[in-house]
Amino acid sequence: MTSVHVDPAPGRIERLNRQVDYWVTVYKRTWRGSVISSFLMPFLYVVAMGVLLGGLVDSGGASLDGAPSYLAYIAPGLVAAHAMQTAAGETMYPVLGAVKWNKTYLGMVATPLTPADIVTAHLGFVVFRVATACGAFLLVLGVFGLFTSVLGTVLAFFVQILIGLAFGTPLYAYSAGLKDPTPFAVIFRVLIMPLFLFSGAFFPVSNLPDAIEWLAWLSPLWHGVDLTRMLTLGTVDGPLALLHVVVLGTLAGVGYWWSIRRLTRRLMH
Amino acid sequence: MSQPVSHPDPTAAPRTSSEGPPSLIRATGLRKSFGDFEAVRGIDLDVPAGEAFGFLGPNGAGKSSTMRMIAAVSPPSAGELRILGLDPATHGPQIRARLGVCPQEDTLDTELSIRDNLVVYGRYFGLPRSECASRADELLRFFQLQEKARQKVESLSGGMKRRLTIARSLINQPDLLLLDEPTTGLDPQARHVLWDKLFRLKQQGVTLVLTTHYMDEAEQLCDRLVVMDKGEIVAEGSPLALIREHSTREVTELRFGVGQHESLAERIDDLAERVEVLPDRLLLYTDDGEETLARVHERGLEPAAVLVRRSTLEDVFLHLTGRTLVD
Ligand SMILES: Nc1ncnc2c1ncn2[C@@H]1O[C@H](COP(=O)(O)OP(=O)(O)OP(=O)(O)O)[C@@H](O)[C@H]1O
Ligand SMILES: [Mg+2]
Repeated sequence: MTSVHVDPAPGRIERLNRQVDYWVTVYKRTWRGSVISSFLMPFLYVVAMGVLLGGLVDSGGASLDGAPSYLAYIAPGLVAAHAMQTAAGETMYPVLGAVKWNKTYLGMVATPLTPADIVTAHLGFVVFRVATACGAFLLVLGVFGLFTSVLGTVLAFFVQILIGLAFGTPLYAYSAGLKDPTPFAVIFRVLIMPLFLFSGAFFPVSNLPDAIEWLAWLSPLWHGVDLTRMLTLGTVDGPLALLHVVVLGTLAGVGYWWSIRRLTRRLMH
Repeated sequence: MSQPVSHPDPTAAPRTSSEGPPSLIRATGLRKSFGDFEAVRGIDLDVPAGEAFGFLGPNGAGKSSTMRMIAAVSPPSAGELRILGLDPATHGPQIRARLGVCPQEDTLDTELSIRDNLVVYGRYFGLPRSECASRADELLRFFQLQEKARQKVESLSGGMKRRLTIARSLINQPDLLLLDEPTTGLDPQARHVLWDKLFRLKQQGVTLVLTTHYMDEAEQLCDRLVVMDKGEIVAEGSPLALIREHSTREVTELRFGVGQHESLAERIDDLAERVEVLPDRLLLYTDDGEETLARVHERGLEPAAVLVRRSTLEDVFLHLTGRTLVD
C-alpha cells in the first residue's frame, strides 16, 4: 500500500465532501423508488384538485386571496406541502435506520467525522431531495403559466428548501433519539396530514371557523404556503413575508441545533 | 514471540520518548458510569507504541466500555485519558483519524455492498477515491471476501461479517488498532489467518489493543494483558508472568460422577495448594501434578478421568475472577 496525503485537520467543507460518495451510493440505490412520490404524485394532485375540482370552485365565484383561478391558488400550496412531505420522508425512517438498523452512523462516528458532520451531510441530502422534487414541480407549473412572477418563482424555490429544513431538522432531532419507529405513524396522522389539509394549501385559512383560524398561524406549513403563494403570484406583503421567513428560519435553526445534540447523545454515550 | 515480563507498578513515572516508546494510551483513574451503574471503576493504563495489549475479563467486566472510551466515542465519566498523546474530549476527530476500530458488534452498513462498505469508509478518512478502491480490493483479497465483493452485507455469514469489519478497520492504515473480541464467530482457519495478519501489523509497528475470551489468543498475541473484573483491573503482566504469579506450575484435573465434585473436594483439599470445583471436574493446583494424582489414588478415590497439565491463563482467570473464560 502506498502512502497518500490526507488532510490532518479537515475543515467543515472537506468533512462534508468525504460523505458525498456515501450519499451518492444511497441515491443510486433509492432514486427509482422515490420517482413516483417525488415527481409524479404532485401532478396527480394538480390534475385532480386544481383542474377538476378547480372547475367547480371557479364557477362558484370563491374569493381566493387574489389568485386568478383555483388552480393558480392551490399550485403554490401543493409545492410547499410537497417540500414538507419530502423532508419528512427523508428524516424519519432513514434517520432511525442509520442509527438502529443499517448502523451507518455507528460506523461513521468511529472515523474523524463528528455527529455534527453526520447531521449536516444528511440534511444536505434532504436539501438535495427537496430541491429536485420541488424544483421540478415549480418548473413544470411555471412553464404552464401558473405563476406570474419569474423572480418570485426563483425565490420560491429557495423558500421550498427553507420549508424542507423547517420540518426536516426538528423531525431529524426527534428521530435521532427514538428507540423504535411506532411514533412515526402517529406523526404522519396527527401532524403531517392535518397540516397538509388545513394550512391554506387548498383553501384560505380565513375560511376556517374563527375559533381555530389562529391555529393555522401556528402551522409552519401555513407560513410556507403563504410565502410561496405571495412570491409566485407576485402579491408580496413585505412585513408578513419577513415574519414567514423568520418563523421558518427559527424552526430550521433550532431543529439543527437540537439534531446535533440528540445525535451526539445517541452515538457518543 | 518474545514475552517481556513487566511488573505492574502504578507509581511508575509516565514514559517519555527519551526512556522508550511513547505511550499511545495513558489512563489514570478512568471511570465510566451509565446512570447509577459504574461499569469502569478507576483503572490505570499505559500502553507504549508497538505493544500488543490485551483485556481479559468475564462478561460485564467493563472491557467494551473501556475500549469505547479509548476509541474516542464514549466520554469518560472521570479520570484522565490520553490517546496518542491527545485528549479525546477535545481532539476526538484527530485521534479517530489514526485509529482502526473493530467494535464488539459489527457496525457494517447493511444497505451497502461489501466492497462499498470499504470504499465509502475510506472516504470518511479523507483518502482519495482511487486509493480507497485499491486498498479495498487488497483487503478483500486478504480476508478472502473478493468473490462476494458486489453482494450486500446481509448475504454474509456471521464470520464473514466479522472479517469484513476487521478489514474495514484497516482501511486507513491505523497506528493503533482496537479489536473488541475480533475472533468471536470465526472458524479456526480464519482465526489463524487473522492472527497472522495481526502479527505482521505488529511487526510493522502498529500498536494492538484487543479484548478476548480465548486464552490461546491472548497468549499468542499479547505482550502484556490486564484481567478486568467488575470494572477494575485485578491483575496485569505478560501471559507468562501472570501464570507464574497467580497459578501453580501444574494442574491435576479430576472428573467424577455428576454431583460428586463438591463433596469429594473436601476430602482432598489438603493435597494441593488450591482446589477449584467446576460443575464437571475438580482442578488441583500443585507444583507436581503426577505426585498429587498418586496421593489421590492413595486415598482410594477412583476418578472417571484424569488429566495432568501445565497452568494456563485460563487458570489465572478462574483464580482471579472465579469464572471460566468462555461461559
Ligand atoms: N450503554 C449502556 N447503558 C447502561 N449500561 C451499560 C451500557 N453499556 C454497558 N453497560 C453495562 O456496563 C457493564 C460493562 O459492560 P461492557 O460491555 O463494558 O462489558 P464487557 O467486559 O465488554 O463484557 P462482554 O465480555 O460481555 O463483552 C455491564 O454491566 C453492562 O450492562
Ligand atoms: Mg464486551
